[in-house]
Amino acid sequence: MATRLPSVDVVIIGVGWGGSIFAKELTDLGLRVVGLERGGNRDTSTDFRLPNYNRADELRYAHRGDLFQNLSRDTVTFRHTTHDTALPMRQLGSFLPGEGLGGAGVHWNGQNWRFLPWDFETRSQTLRRYGAKALPPDNMVADWGVTYADLEPYMDKWEYLCGISGKAGNIQGKIQPGGNPFEGPRQRDFPNPPLTPSYGMTLFQQAAAGLGYHPFFTPAANSSQPYTNTYGVQLGGCLYCGFCERFGCEAYAKASPMTCVFPVLLPSPHFDLRTHTTVTRLNLDNTRRRVTSVTYVDAQGLEYEQPADLVLLTAWTLNNVRLLLVSGIGTPYNPSTGEGVVGRNYAYQAGTGATMFFENQVFNPFMGSGALQMAIDDFNGDNFNHAGLGFIGGGSLTLSSTGARPIDTHPTPVGTPRWGSAWKTAVAHYYQRFLGMGVQAGVLAYRGNYLDLDPTYRDAFGLPLLRMTFDWGPNEHAVSRYMVPVLQRLASAMKADKVSVGPLSAHYSIVPYQSTHNTGGVIMGTDPRASAVNKYLQMWDVPNLFVVGASAYPQNAGYNPTGTLGGLIYWTVDALKNKYLKHPGPLVS
Amino acid sequence: MSGINRRRFLGLLGITGGAGLLPHAAEAQVVAPLPPKAPAFPGPTDQEQANEKAALTGQQAYTFLDIPERYFVEAAVARLIPADALGPGALEAGVAYFIDQQLTGAYGFGATWYMRGPWGIGIPEQGYQLPLLPRDLMKVGIAATNAFCQASYGQDFAELGTAQQDAVLTFLDQSQIDGPAVPPTTLKAFFELLYSLTIEGFFADPAYGGNRDKIGWKLVGFPGARAEYAGLIGQYQNKVYVVDPASIADADGV
Repeated sequence: MATRLPSVDVVIIGVGWGGSIFAKELTDLGLRVVGLERGGNRDTSTDFRLPNYNRADELRYAHRGDLFQNLSRDTVTFRHTTHDTALPMRQLGSFLPGEGLGGAGVHWNGQNWRFLPWDFETRSQTLRRYGAKALPPDNMVADWGVTYADLEPYMDKWEYLCGISGKAGNIQGKIQPGGNPFEGPRQRDFPNPPLTPSYGMTLFQQAAAGLGYHPFFTPAANSSQPYTNTYGVQLGGCLYCGFCERFGCEAYAKASPMTCVFPVLLPSPHFDLRTHTTVTRLNLDNTRRRVTSVTYVDAQGLEYEQPADLVLLTAWTLNNVRLLLVSGIGTPYNPSTGEGVVGRNYAYQAGTGATMFFENQVFNPFMGSGALQMAIDDFNGDNFNHAGLGFIGGGSLTLSSTGARPIDTHPTPVGTPRWGSAWKTAVAHYYQRFLGMGVQAGVLAYRGNYLDLDPTYRDAFGLPLLRMTFDWGPNEHAVSRYMVPVLQRLASAMKADKVSVGPLSAHYSIVPYQSTHNTGGVIMGTDPRASAVNKYLQMWDVPNLFVVGASAYPQNAGYNPTGTLGGLIYWTVDALKNKYLKHPGPLVS
Repeated sequence: MSGINRRRFLGLLGITGGAGLLPHAAEAQVVAPLPPKAPAFPGPTDQEQANEKAALTGQQAYTFLDIPERYFVEAAVARLIPADALGPGALEAGVAYFIDQQLTGAYGFGATWYMRGPWGIGIPEQGYQLPLLPRDLMKVGIAATNAFCQASYGQDFAELGTAQQDAVLTFLDQSQIDGPAVPPTTLKAFFELLYSLTIEGFFADPAYGGNRDKIGWKLVGFPGARAEYAGLIGQYQNKVYVVDPASIADADGV
């Protein structure tokens, strides 16, 4: 029997980026906020500081997954179609959810994009420019219900929280040399200048410009210099250590909830952080239109019920979906009828990559930073004419210097054996002589790609696992086919001696790492029959519940999702402060 | 081992179909004359002396693998990353010991794997679906591979010549060895476990027992744990940054 606790104003489920920012903003108003985090406590100043060189441990962090979700407790099951039997993801691979305070915001790379204006209006703009035939069969592509212009002030706020390093391409409609000319207009430049480019990035920049493309620095949540953020927290300058993605930052330079928010949140007397607490259910009243409390299990295995006036579900994408489904909130999506809202429009990121080898140039690939990257956006969104191409959208094309830790990164040209002396010789020769380049393409929503509860497999708390039914659709393959020659053209322009291009796999596999850019399942929109949350991320059915995450994306764009999510977080903060808390109830009727 | 797979194996080595009818010992006679083991690594190196010293101190000992298993792993990693003209390989780097230590700890027990049933046979895109923990898979795989080697050669894997060892590893990699209780997919999973542990042991921080004397890092020029390149990244454009690599222990000792 759960112990019922005294009611509080706000319960936050999952204390990562979203949870920490909501907690900061709402405790500042004097609200009593409880933060429930299923993982452990964590603090940059003690966990990752220098001198403490064991943070630079590839085996512990990148391979044994020190900062990742422990699958022995819960995982997902996976299948391609409803005709297949889903089996559990028993080992981490395709994506790497975070666990513990700060969530995946601790181990991300920091590639911080604003989605393009087109990305928020994909359906209507496609219909307007190309007609209904441009959309593939069984697509569920939708507009977001917010526009780029709506979110711009909030993405700006996020960028100044994180100390993003970059170079604007469009300030208030005026194109800026050296920036991304395709980006939506921004009110001002980034708070920090770009990072120092690697030699490989310089080669890419020259080659891309020579081909008439428009190279620019990927906006980086790796601060290029010491920076004091909007909460008065001090960030350090990036050391280019090359241990960024999958690692904590020792230099306070990678924006994370720990480096950007916790120093000013944790001292608040209004914030009650409870780590090692796993929420198992959100409880509705008998009208089923109000969350009254959440049930959780603490580190002693004891069950508690925490009542609250307002509940913010800010777990990771897949956990947001699962908690709604196990709590019976919102109508589960049914792929055979296309009806229902929770679990629909699951999407991901589709990669096409190229590895280039150079006999006479060296790159020191171990020097790097999570978002140290040169990009072109000439083939993203609707930045190029798609008439007659047979697909919509595209992806950002980048050359990165994110650091080459050798367990994971020791590429060899095609035809090299996997082991033995020939392999060893090639690894020794090419470690200094390779560059990686890739396209990160969007993924459309399709009727058959969705999330629901698995009928068979359960977690450590006896709850059903989430079941993922997903495969690449025709649009993703078409984009990849289109991008292969683009990558080859760039490799030639960079004078690579050998190049291996890896198009999108025939079918999605949960085995190799691709990205932790899982989106959808609790999507936002304007129609309560086709979206789970309104444009303020408020559940249509349950107005005192907000579900915040990339779970809100109706489809995924050709970018890393976090920068846009940061904008959505502040957009929702604003709606709570200036609308909901003044008049609790549905914000959109 | 199925007859079909054994015939395929012998065929690759240039043995006629009739050879399959010979007793195992005779097969071994026919198959055996192959190139000698890899030439001895020239001269006693500092590394070898250091290894000898480490062995004498008695601080490192196998705590998981039994003796035949240890011979197997030592022989296998020596073929996966051999000592050659470029320098020492995985054996010299202590990778067999690294594997032993990984299997004896949390990784060996699959501590972060989801290991609840029911167990199904999936498609490759669904990933590993065996109920075997890494420590079990290693033992099952070694036993099945040694059984295959005994049936084909009358010798354990560790006793074979290097070319035969390479052939056996290739068959494992290509899912072409099986046995009555161990299907090729399991042996392929075993090979992948052995392979990934070998790569890890060659390039992981020496604190874990492999990558001795930073052999793996020196091979590729990876500087290790003391990783601070602000200022340097701009200077080292198309110019190799050379530094004596630092392990966690080295860097923490500064």
